[in-house]
Amino acid sequence: MFRYYLKLGLLSIRANPALSALMVAAIAIGIGACMSIVTVRHVMSGNPIAHKNDVLYHVQLDNWNPDEPYEEPNEPPEQVTYLDATALHQAGRALRQTISFKSDRVIQPDGDNARPFQQEVRATTADFFAMFDVPFAYGSGWDAVADQTEERVVVLSAEMNRRLYGGENSVGRMVTMNKEPYRVVGVLDEWLPIPTFYDLNNNPYQGPEQIFLPFSLAISGEWGSSGNNSCWKPSENGSYEAYLASECIWIQMWVELASAADRDTYLQFLNDYVEEQKSLGRFPRELNNRLSTPAEWLVNREVVDDTVNVLLSLAVLFLIVCLLNTIGLLLAKVIRRTSDISLRRALGASKSALFTQYIVEAGMIGVAGGLAGIGMTWLGLRGLENVFSEYDFIAYLVTMDWSMVLGAVLLAIVSALAAALYPTWRACSLSPASTLRIQ
Amino acid sequence: MLQMNKVSKVYRTDTVETHALREFSLTVEEGEFVSVTGPSGSGKTTFLNIAGMLEELSSGTYELDGRDISKLNDKERSKVRNEKIGFIFQSFNLIPELDIFDNVDVPLRYRGMKAEERKRRIGRCLEMVGLASRLKHYPAQLSGGQQQRVAIARALAGEPRFLLADEPTGNLDTHMTDSVLDLLTEINESGTTIIMVTHELTLADRAGRNIFVRDGQVSDGPPELSFAAAANS
Repeated sequence: MFRYYLKLGLLSIRANPALSALMVAAIAIGIGACMSIVTVRHVMSGNPIAHKNDVLYHVQLDNWNPDEPYEEPNEPPEQVTYLDATALHQAGRALRQTISFKSDRVIQPDGDNARPFQQEVRATTADFFAMFDVPFAYGSGWDAVADQTEERVVVLSAEMNRRLYGGENSVGRMVTMNKEPYRVVGVLDEWLPIPTFYDLNNNPYQGPEQIFLPFSLAISGEWGSSGNNSCWKPSENGSYEAYLASECIWIQMWVELASAADRDTYLQFLNDYVEEQKSLGRFPRELNNRLSTPAEWLVNREVVDDTVNVLLSLAVLFLIVCLLNTIGLLLAKVIRRTSDISLRRALGASKSALFTQYIVEAGMIGVAGGLAGIGMTWLGLRGLENVFSEYDFIAYLVTMDWSMVLGAVLLAIVSALAAALYPTWRACSLSPASTLRIQ
Repeated sequence: MLQMNKVSKVYRTDTVETHALREFSLTVEEGEFVSVTGPSGSGKTTFLNIAGMLEELSSGTYELDGRDISKLNDKERSKVRNEKIGFIFQSFNLIPELDIFDNVDVPLRYRGMKAEERKRRIGRCLEMVGLASRLKHYPAQLSGGQQQRVAIARALAGEPRFLLADEPTGNLDTHMTDSVLDLLTEINESGTTIIMVTHELTLADRAGRNIFVRDGQVSDGPPELSFAAAANS
């Protein structure tokens, strides 16, 4: 019987091409608007390291001003001081730990005509790559010894490797940054975690840095952070040493634990560490240390832009308006087909059979609307490129994946069915005699 | 057997109450060919709609083959309508998007019949009405008489016990009218009970019994008398 309903649906759509096209268009436009924003929001709120969510933890220590919290109501700073970062890193109490910050370097490519350019780099520690499942195309990261010996090594992103070496295996080659040579030990495969969960303080939609090098090397070179830097009291003098010894927060710290069960143990270790520091006159506030999974951390930092939430609400409202239009169009269609409905009732169709027939037809309109909606979504995303042009992640959006295509079609079908319920109910409630008599 | 006992049908709006049938009682035996005549607005079509379960009755009882129709739910009524009743309308009521085969197929679809059996019945019924060669034609490609023949084939395909015809020749010329009536007579002779609403005396003559309806009530008698009574009133 389902095939029969499909055939009737197709005939009905063909018999009313203009009305059917209007319904498909109404659904498609609504779906397009909605799915475009949903996609942006999905990408912005995604957790690129979800598969390690139960073992990765972002570290926060509350070393802030005794008189006021870092953020209301009582949020500890989102970064840590150099003192604490290095102490905790050296303690090595987690399975893996990494401390890092963002900086700027000037790259001097090989070749006489090559022009130097400024580039954001990330100073980090050896565990960074293993902790965050960073994929390598060539070579690997550096080891803990390189961290200790301040080895002059770098890991390049795939994009930087293409830019400097045309994408070939550049392991062993030298990169010049601020006139100093660094040996390439690894080249990443394509890696674009959006948002860049490991550092949400500095535009998390820009994508990861293009060059990674040892944290210790950056410190010995007295590099400053180009990211967020906050101090609640000035350092003793303007020197780099004083900055390192200050209560300024500028380093992101993450740990990987063997299992989620170790979370309390590690937090206890942090609390013990802070208690110890308190005895040295630091950490004037009450104990307020925190470990957050990537998912918790993304929520805590409210990475989804408010604009996107507002746009999403508007898009949903727009979809509702489109559905109301579809309801109107379906009602018009039903009114045109009352004689068909009555006739079928007279010939033995039950209300439920007719209801199914019309719902199947609405579902077909929904499928068509969904497919057209995918095209509309693509157009919508193109439009949003302009709105969010400062974010590199847009490149991610225009490649629509199967889940999105499926989502659009499902949403369209559900929408069409929802829109069809009232007109179909009306159609099936008609007294067949009333319309047959008019014939 | 079709049996109505003191059936009333009242249409109500906020201000008006219209009695379409008043204590309408009628029994139609198996195999009868009954014509129903009467002036416009007398309740003929309302009677036919209630007989075909296209409308609810307001009071009274209606039994079809011994089953009290008022106690059936929508699904059961639809089933009874599909299996026991065939309709023929004045304006044919064919579905324009469907070809002749598919039009005749409609009632069989709702019976959940297998494709082979449906095909056999459709072929037989279209042959009976002389349109076996027009399977793939659409209603718009046929004359009025041919369309009514398709409608008759559709009504017969379900092999109903009762055929309800509402002015079946109202839109046809004399020649086609005769041909359709011949067909109905033939169908009746093969055992199908026919109830035909008409306002034409010549058609009523072809039936075995005429029911005259006036002001929603029934009176038996030959059509001539009935119309004469109507004219004198």
